[in-house]
Amino acid sequence: MKIIILGAGQVGASVAENLVSEANDITLVDTSPEHLAVLRDRLEIRTVCGNAASPKVLRDAGAEDADLLIAVTQSDQTNLCACRIAKALFNLPTRIARLRSTDYVDYPELLDESNFAVDFSICPEQVVTDYIKRLIAFPEALQVLEFADGVVSLICVRAFEGGPLVGHPLKALKFHLPNVEVRIAAIYRNGVPIIPEGDSIIAPGDEVFCLAATVHVRQVMRELRRSDKPMRRIMIAGGGNIGFRLAQSIEENYHVKILEMKQERAELLATQLSRALVLRGDSTDEKLLETEGIDETDLFVALTNDEEDNIMSASLAKRMGARRTLALINRRSYVDLVQGGPIDIAISPAHTSIGTLLAHVRRGDVVAVHSLRRGAAEALELIAHGSRKDSKVVGRPIEEIMLPKGASIGAIVRDETREDGRVVRREVIMPHHDTVIEENDHVIVFCTHKHLVRKVEKLFQVGFHFL
Amino acid sequence: MRAYYPALNALGLIIMIFGLLMGFPLGVSVWLDDGATLAYDKAVFATFVIGLILWALTRGGRRDLRVHDGFFLVAATWIVLPLFGALPLLAYIPGLHFTDAYFEAVSGLTATGATVLSGLDDLPISINLWRTFMHWIGGMGVIVLVVAILPLLGIGGRQLFKAEVPTPMKDSSLTPRIAETAKGLWMTYLLLTVACALSLWWAGLDGWDALIHAFSIAGLGGFSNKDASLGHFDNLNVELVTILFAVLAGLNYATHYLALMRRSLKPYARDPEIPFYFGVLLFSVAMLTLYLMYWQIHADPLATLRNVAFHVVSISTSLGLVIDDYTAWPMFAQLWLLFMGSFIACSGSTGGGIKMMRAMILYKQVLREMIRSLHPNAVRPVRLGKQPVPETILHAVLGFSFMYMVSIVSLTLLLSATGLELITAFSAVVASLNNTGPGLEGVGPASNYQALTVFHKWVLAFTMILGRLEIFTFLVVLTPAFWRR
Repeated sequence: MKIIILGAGQVGASVAENLVSEANDITLVDTSPEHLAVLRDRLEIRTVCGNAASPKVLRDAGAEDADLLIAVTQSDQTNLCACRIAKALFNLPTRIARLRSTDYVDYPELLDESNFAVDFSICPEQVVTDYIKRLIAFPEALQVLEFADGVVSLICVRAFEGGPLVGHPLKALKFHLPNVEVRIAAIYRNGVPIIPEGDSIIAPGDEVFCLAATVHVRQVMRELRRSDKPMRRIMIAGGGNIGFRLAQSIEENYHVKILEMKQERAELLATQLSRALVLRGDSTDEKLLETEGIDETDLFVALTNDEEDNIMSASLAKRMGARRTLALINRRSYVDLVQGGPIDIAISPAHTSIGTLLAHVRRGDVVAVHSLRRGAAEALELIAHGSRKDSKVVGRPIEEIMLPKGASIGAIVRDETREDGRVVRREVIMPHHDTVIEENDHVIVFCTHKHLVRKVEKLFQVGFHFL
Repeated sequence: MRAYYPALNALGLIIMIFGLLMGFPLGVSVWLDDGATLAYDKAVFATFVIGLILWALTRGGRRDLRVHDGFFLVAATWIVLPLFGALPLLAYIPGLHFTDAYFEAVSGLTATGATVLSGLDDLPISINLWRTFMHWIGGMGVIVLVVAILPLLGIGGRQLFKAEVPTPMKDSSLTPRIAETAKGLWMTYLLLTVACALSLWWAGLDGWDALIHAFSIAGLGGFSNKDASLGHFDNLNVELVTILFAVLAGLNYATHYLALMRRSLKPYARDPEIPFYFGVLLFSVAMLTLYLMYWQIHADPLATLRNVAFHVVSISTSLGLVIDDYTAWPMFAQLWLLFMGSFIACSGSTGGGIKMMRAMILYKQVLREMIRSLHPNAVRPVRLGKQPVPETILHAVLGFSFMYMVSIVSLTLLLSATGLELITAFSAVVASLNNTGPGLEGVGPASNYQALTVFHKWVLAFTMILGRLEIFTFLVVLTPAFWRR
């Protein structure tokens, strides 16, 4: 597929990185030659230097025969303008834009074909914010991902000594939670995946991935570790885009303090936030953390632009008594260094937000792609289409489906529709070897390795060779 | 002297317009043949001619008004116009002392409603109409009216407007052109007045009573054509209508204007003063009703509610009409009424006092200081709704509130030093500064300001103008720096 990516910032670069490995022709456009040079050396891509909203630059980037435009520059206006130009001049088939300002998102009619012609808009900051919000709601989890509009959740929990299920084989789960459908999708012990069997035993320290209906998540988590006290006091370091969004969305339910270095930004935050307390100062300032009661803080979230600062301030907060710490870290090497140590959860903004974007890029009916364990594993949500005749999936029981090794079907969400087509109820099915997949089922597939994703996608495509 | 020509020229114009406005009660007097016609034609003639002479003499120095001229003109207007406003009273009522007439006219124009006259029931309709018509003109502001109908005041218009409109946010205007804003405000005001008059008429007053009281209510003045004020009618519907319109007049007219223009109620939801305004009003009514029921002042709970609701709204919005003698209440309840009158009315309303907006800013500033002492690094701008209040306005509000206290204390001391009993002195100053009207004890609703000495009346007239012009506009003119050009 020929893809043009506008903007070589964090998001643009990691989108390029993710797609280049999947045999796509990628052209990256940015105004900064330095940014482009760095990426060109590292990845197999073409680069064009210039203003992304200019027709000439888009033509140079090959807009005339491209299949997909991903506009992820810093500026909403540039992204909108580029999409419009791509539609009007080059009739480029699919256009995705990053829109940060909620102002535009509030008027969906602006994005339709006759206006800005944006097929999908994404806001990476909002995705990361939502992700952190779920972690706050489930303080015990390392990762919480939602599928099928939130009906099913995949949670990653570190098993602790004292959890009722820890030290027992998986089949004991049925007796512990007789009324709850839950599936252990994978267990990672010391970073190595274990394919869960009925008699695998959960050891303390294991990272356990479980799939369950969202309403049951809390019960499942209780089996794996003692439940923590709910969060009440939250301190956010860094009042940038993510910090501000997070503070705004949780200030009603938690005691929120937000630290910001710049006076001007702090004042802006203070006018926009109604209940959160805005503090001006350095998040690595010990004295400030102490006077603001870091030892009574339930959660410290480091969200500044500087990942080293985030690591330092979160470590400091942990040392000074914060119950749980969370830091925004982009570099994978740093994550491995600190996660599980002074920092409880490291969040990679690129990895977190890219899933939504990739779902639009990938062929077939992929609804969502989430990377797990910093991109080592992935979870996909796909819609099964076709019939037994032309699909390798629909109408077959699980045991007949030729899933690649390392991939497993975790859950199925089936819509129960009335005669007029309205969805009455969404049913979550934990599949057994004889469960038959029907058309329009949402199937959630867990892959222990990233390269399995393409094979799974192929499997779900409606093929011609079956005709 | 030539430096004042532009302001004096505009003043001449304003006096002429005032003379023309006096033509309204003259017309009524002629039509009804109520015996006051002779008093009026002289007054109208004198006013118009003096204005004309002043205007003609200073025509040579005409130019756009500057900041300086603005302050001078506003202060001069408010001192001079009551002189002309007093003319019909002086001419009609034989033996009326000049001080009393001037006091009455100041009280009228500043929409205070403190009267020195008695036997109001026997005065001709046109005289009483003139008294409350002055409320109505002064309530929204003479200069705002002039700016609205005469764009020839030019660029200085905005300056004048800012000096007269009672709000801390002087720079917020509704329309790009100040004349449009002034017109919009006056149209809204006119509509509200007409609605009020029709409602009062429906509630059972005769046409003239309804009109006279509608002027009084819309301007939040407080004059009545009865000695017993609104209590004379003893009509529950009239009281309910009065409460309704007094509450409306106590809101920001800019909000009414926006709501009318856009034909939606959203501007009310967005006005940050409204929740506090209604909150404090409802709380006061509930609290005082329970308190007075405990003391069993009135016959039954319903009578208590009726009295409390009326007086709370009337006194706190600075209207000042009464239906009963609230000085029979325990002192706490009386002081509460007086205290409420000093901050309830919203900015941009026809009410007086420091205004709800300033009270909110002060309260939030206090909260901020407390948070700051707990969290030294906290950044916490004072906000109204979602809007941050600029530091300059914050300082202006602090300064204003300080001057307000200083005015109350020093004027109270001055009155009591010259022989007035303390509660009377204090309440007279507060009621005048807030443009409420009736005070407590010696100046309470059962008695009036007639018994005060000439000196006291002059002091209180000064206090009323001070309060109407929100202290600074008036005090600026009294500073030596103003006259040292």
